[in-house]
Amino acid sequence: MIGRIFKEGLWTNHPIFRQLLGMCPTLAVTTTVLNGISMGLAVIFVLFFSSLVVSLLRKVVPHQVRIAVYTIIIATFVTIVDIFLKANFPQISKALGPYVPLIIVNCIILGRCEAFASKNRLSLALLDALVMGGGFFWGLVTLASVREILGQGTILGYKILPPSFNPLIVMVLPPGAFLVLGTLVAIMNRLERIK
Amino acid sequence: MKDSLKYNLRVIFVLTFISLICGFILSFVFNSAKAKIKENQKKDIYRAIYQIVDDCKNVEEKSINEETIYWLFNDKGELIGYAYLSQGQGYQGKIKILFAIDKSMERLLGIEIIENVETPGLGSRINEESFKSQFKNLKTNVPVECVKFFPQKKNQIQAITSATISSRAVVGILNKGIQNLKSLIEENDR
Repeated sequence: MIGRIFKEGLWTNHPIFRQLLGMCPTLAVTTTVLNGISMGLAVIFVLFFSSLVVSLLRKVVPHQVRIAVYTIIIATFVTIVDIFLKANFPQISKALGPYVPLIIVNCIILGRCEAFASKNRLSLALLDALVMGGGFFWGLVTLASVREILGQGTILGYKILPPSFNPLIVMVLPPGAFLVLGTLVAIMNRLERIK
Repeated sequence: MKDSLKYNLRVIFVLTFISLICGFILSFVFNSAKAKIKENQKKDIYRAIYQIVDDCKNVEEKSINEETIYWLFNDKGELIGYAYLSQGQGYQGKIKILFAIDKSMERLLGIEIIENVETPGLGSRINEESFKSQFKNLKTNVPVECVKFFPQKKNQIQAITSATISSRAVVGILNKGIQNLKSLIEENDR
């Protein structure tokens, strides 16, 4: 069971490249690696605590209103993250803009709460949240690295390409996000087939 | 029938209870962070003021009609100008601009972009020094204008290439802010 959680979350059922969930933050905030890391951490935090509460309440919540309950719980943790960033990391909060509150509607979180946390015991739910969050995290960072290197010639703000390199502006724009995401999904599919 | 009533009551109870707890937690978190968030915003504004106006040594806040105006003083304690935060719609979202104007309100001392969500690499270049420095010493008796090539008049600036909408938005927000500030100061003097 534990092995399967790891394999699914990080690779075979990867939230971005396999399930194609959470596309809004994936495409919108991955202009720089720092943004990708911040968004990844925020999602891991929300996913972890939402799974915790949902798993604990799984026998209490009536079936008909479970989605409403999950949404309230998720929204609470997202708002906590939003307030925390505004108070302690105003720069990151500004860079991520409206995409922090939008974590509420990130399907990865609601999806994991519904598909996993509400059906499994606490320890497994927490592990699943961390692994899925980790999968989302590496997906974001990979996407953001490609876009930052090609779009600005930097990584985490440090210049790594020679000044003669002409940044591809399309990479920091929305079309760049789609192009890189498509390419990465194609690579993942190809690797899968080779196996 | 009795069962379904019981079930419905349980639904109502669970939803109410969870919402209450969540609301309670949130109000607690927000209250503990409120002061810090306000302080961050204030810090941004003060940093911008000192960046624009070199010889400004002291800033006093004063609200007129519930709008905050920053009165700028030099090291001798003389009034050298005013600063004001103006905001409006940009290309993708709100832009907040802080600008400073001299005491006679005829000359712009400069602007700083406090907040923007313009396109990275294009519109967000309104935050670059080469764009912002154009606003230094502009005349303010006529509205500032945004031109695409080679500004010639004392009230013109050059738009950023391929970010005309963002550049125009900045100019529009600025002009609106100058008008607001002038009428607020007049009201205060009266």
